[in-house]
Amino acid sequence: MAKYIEMIRIRFLMMLAYRTNYYSGILIYSINIGAYYFLWSAIYGDKGSIQSLSIGQMTTYIAVAWMARAFYFNNIDREIAMEIKEGKVAIEMIRPYNYLTMKMMQGLGEGIFRILFFSLPGMVIVYFLFPVSFSAHPLTWVYFLGSILLSFMINTQINLLTGIATFFLFNNAGLIRAKRVVIDLFSGLILPISFFPGWAQTVMDYLPFKGISYIPSMIFTEGFQGVQIWNGLMNQAVWVILLFLPIGMLWTLAKRQLIVQGG
Amino acid sequence: MSYVSIFFQYASQYLKTRLTYRADALVEIISDLLSQAVNLIFILVVFGHTSLLSGWSRDEMIFIYGFFLVPFALFGAFFNIWDFTDRYIVKGEMDRILTRPIHSLFQIILERMELESLFGAVTGIVIMIVSASQLHLTFHWYDLFVFLLLAFSGAMVYAGIFISLASIGFWSDSRTDIMPMMYNIGNYGRYPVNIYNKVIRWVLTWILPFAFVGVYPSAYFLGKEEWYTYTYLTPVIGIVFFFISLFLWNKGVTKYRGAGN
Repeated sequence: MAKYIEMIRIRFLMMLAYRTNYYSGILIYSINIGAYYFLWSAIYGDKGSIQSLSIGQMTTYIAVAWMARAFYFNNIDREIAMEIKEGKVAIEMIRPYNYLTMKMMQGLGEGIFRILFFSLPGMVIVYFLFPVSFSAHPLTWVYFLGSILLSFMINTQINLLTGIATFFLFNNAGLIRAKRVVIDLFSGLILPISFFPGWAQTVMDYLPFKGISYIPSMIFTEGFQGVQIWNGLMNQAVWVILLFLPIGMLWTLAKRQLIVQGG
Repeated sequence: MSYVSIFFQYASQYLKTRLTYRADALVEIISDLLSQAVNLIFILVVFGHTSLLSGWSRDEMIFIYGFFLVPFALFGAFFNIWDFTDRYIVKGEMDRILTRPIHSLFQIILERMELESLFGAVTGIVIMIVSASQLHLTFHWYDLFVFLLLAFSGAMVYAGIFISLASIGFWSDSRTDIMPMMYNIGNYGRYPVNIYNKVIRWVLTWILPFAFVGVYPSAYFLGKEEWYTYTYLTPVIGIVFFFISLFLWNKGVTKYRGAGN
């Protein structure tokens, strides 16, 4: 366990060394939040609420969805793909740790860095620019923290899956890009899931993506109340457990058919 | 040799290299299509909850998005200079460019073209045709030429902004993230400008004129006469911004000192 915590620490320090690279990222996220804020203001017009979300909640939803994205988002799928292509993965495999766990810990180190140096200052900036409201209930914050941890798990597991797919596809830059687009839409980042037509919502109930952005953002904006919060958290937890299955299977298969050229 | 024939030789060379890795090119086109589909789905879902957005209907919004895709595809295919500073200034590649007998910017455009982006224009035109038939728009014979003029003007607006930004690299080669930032600002042009507040609308019209890539030219085909002044301004803005960027580029090239050996 200690070695994995060390992984988190090292990745955190690595990111800290290049922290100036992230200031512009905050601006980019604010620009995106701004675009959606104006769009949604126009969509709401003089309507009080749509799908039981008020315009204030909607603004908060967009802001928190983007800032939470900074936490769960990582490029470990691309890193794994690179390491497979360059043959480095062979060395990684004989090292005394589990490769996938190690990758996940690196992602976590990145996430912790970003939540402290990206999301928190970003939230302050967004708070001054747009009418965002924060909950006064400390419990909401606790639920939210639990929820984004689970959303980090789900997103990272999906990244691991796409990364491992490189073993079979050799070049999966396209798959990685496509996955990102799909997650932006189906996770509820650009649109709350409750806005979709009924049949689409039913489909998404059977997919893990809404646990990435929709559930934590709804908890934060208090669009979820009481039992809905627990259902959301349960949904996320179940998916975290379920997703270990395909990862385990693909990983065993991948190791069996791995051919390293050179390296 | 004329610029035109050099262009076609580079283009055919490019196609040969891309066709060697067909699967890769195909996946790239598909993932482009996917992200365009996501933007369309966004508009469709949103209009499930409202019928008008600041005076624009669903099909009008879709038409604007379709139009936007055409100049954006032209820009994406030929002006891939977002990593100019890293690729040409820091690595000293600009030395090689300057020894070539054609204009330095043209040489870079040739080297960095990504013709598969042009598929975005096809998608855009299809989207425009479908939404135009939903809106029962009528066109004149000369509208085709108006469309070409406006689409090229929009691409010039985009190109002008990004070439100007790339020219900064001649003066300062420090790492900036201004390019990705600009790509995100460019997305503001996909939607009608009257949803934004006055300041942003003004910026999108006169400073970073992304509104001339989507909503202003589209207004002509949609028959929104209150925007016609801006429609007529589109070619002017395109030419002005493109020439400003050329001027900055040519000025910058004289400042280039080279890096490394």
